[in-house]
Amino acid sequence: MKIDLRQVEEAAKELYIRALKRLPPDVKQGFDALAKSETDAGARRMLGTMIRNITVAEDTDNLLCQDTGIPIYNVWIGRGVEVDGVALKQAIRRGCERSTREYSFRSSIVHPTTRVNEQTSCGRGVPIINVDFSEDEEALVIEMVPKGSGSENNSWLRMAVPAEGVDAIKTFVIDCVLEAGGKTCPPTIVGVGVGGTADLCVHLAKVAATRALGTHCDDPEGARLEEELGPAVNMLGVGPQGLGGDSTAFAVHVETAATHITMNPVAVNMQCHSARRARATFRASGVEYGY
Amino acid sequence: MAHYDFTTPLTEGAVRKLRLDDTVSLNGTLFGIRDATQIHMFDRGRKTRFDLSGHAVIHTAPDVKKVQKSAAHPAGYAPLCVGTTTSDRMERFTRPLMQQCGVRLVIGKGGLREESLKAFGELGGAYLAIIGGTAALETTWVESIEDVDLDDLNPESLWKFRVRNFGPLLVAMDSHGGSLYSKVKRTAQEHRAAALRRLGVR
Repeated sequence: MKIDLRQVEEAAKELYIRALKRLPPDVKQGFDALAKSETDAGARRMLGTMIRNITVAEDTDNLLCQDTGIPIYNVWIGRGVEVDGVALKQAIRRGCERSTREYSFRSSIVHPTTRVNEQTSCGRGVPIINVDFSEDEEALVIEMVPKGSGSENNSWLRMAVPAEGVDAIKTFVIDCVLEAGGKTCPPTIVGVGVGGTADLCVHLAKVAATRALGTHCDDPEGARLEEELGPAVNMLGVGPQGLGGDSTAFAVHVETAATHITMNPVAVNMQCHSARRARATFRASGVEYGY
Repeated sequence: MAHYDFTTPLTEGAVRKLRLDDTVSLNGTLFGIRDATQIHMFDRGRKTRFDLSGHAVIHTAPDVKKVQKSAAHPAGYAPLCVGTTTSDRMERFTRPLMQQCGVRLVIGKGGLREESLKAFGELGGAYLAIIGGTAALETTWVESIEDVDLDDLNPESLWKFRVRNFGPLLVAMDSHGGSLYSKVKRTAQEHRAAALRRLGVR
């Protein structure tokens, strides 16, 4: 299958605005589950307002949150897909710029030292475009994640040592959630990277934080950590917006990778309650949009 | 727990009445400020032509659209999505905002720290929590963008919004030394040991 790059540009444009306006169904279900189990009256009211905001955004065709985030595009190239990789990245970048201009939303991207905003949501190395290959069907998948800064500003890496064991991982996650308090716009998805190198570990935490609710780590050891850490985090009482309650996190997601015999790295990256993402799948039959 | 409907600007006495867990709705003028706005005002000596005395500021950098100036859009901007950002980054600007500009209320999300709490006590101010990430709803409380200053910093300009029934906002830090964030933080720290025990951490 040959990929039409004009369609990629259109999809990159469309995905950004879709992600900003519509919350995925798994996150809406996550809200419903928290609202049912929350025991604190104030926290229940706050969750109710967050749920109302999702409806208002849909009814008024508005953005869910003012923070248009750092644009991240994750691309998976399936078997038998023919595409010029350089041109693909250029098309995504053009789509990202056009989305910002044509829909007139806030460009949140500045140069790191001059702080100059090009008003295009783009800059050096941004949008972030991650390209990987997939064994699945003959399809090209593009996922768009506008990663909000409130949650991104609270990201951590600890190069623990083997003698500290899994206890170091668990303790670190609990302490990061405490440190974040209300700054990450809880309830969050707590993404945990375990293993790899320093950079891979942080990347895994991001992958975990932006994964759909209800999905689990495909490493049984990681899945077990998810099961243990989720309820433990919600015992802390940080609550929605850090103002108290049971609903600190929708879930804890873990991603793992093998690491060096001398290493025990752990990273935490969180996704705020506006856990936005959108997805386009290119098949021979056409482009399909989803989450 | 009382509810207050305020029209800005406010007196020190009105703000000192506020106690933790009270709620406030605002009417009239509300100023929008952000990191860059305050870096330029307080670190680089930029002056604003706006009088912030007795007013409320919100930590924001809105999504706006440039439009023809009109009665509905006197500044030539239509508000598309007006939300709130994490306040903690701007902690060190609370005191100068109050001392140099006379600001009485700071609206934000996630809370401010001990130094801001002291400033609220000494100078007569409060922090009102909005629910972060609910910008679509918040936008429905904004009537218009009346004016804008320091607009070279766009979107981190100094925005002058006209608001109606903006809230309810929760009094999360008051002028009597109370902070809901400190309370929750203390409780959460107390729960840390139990959470680690549950995880089997020795």
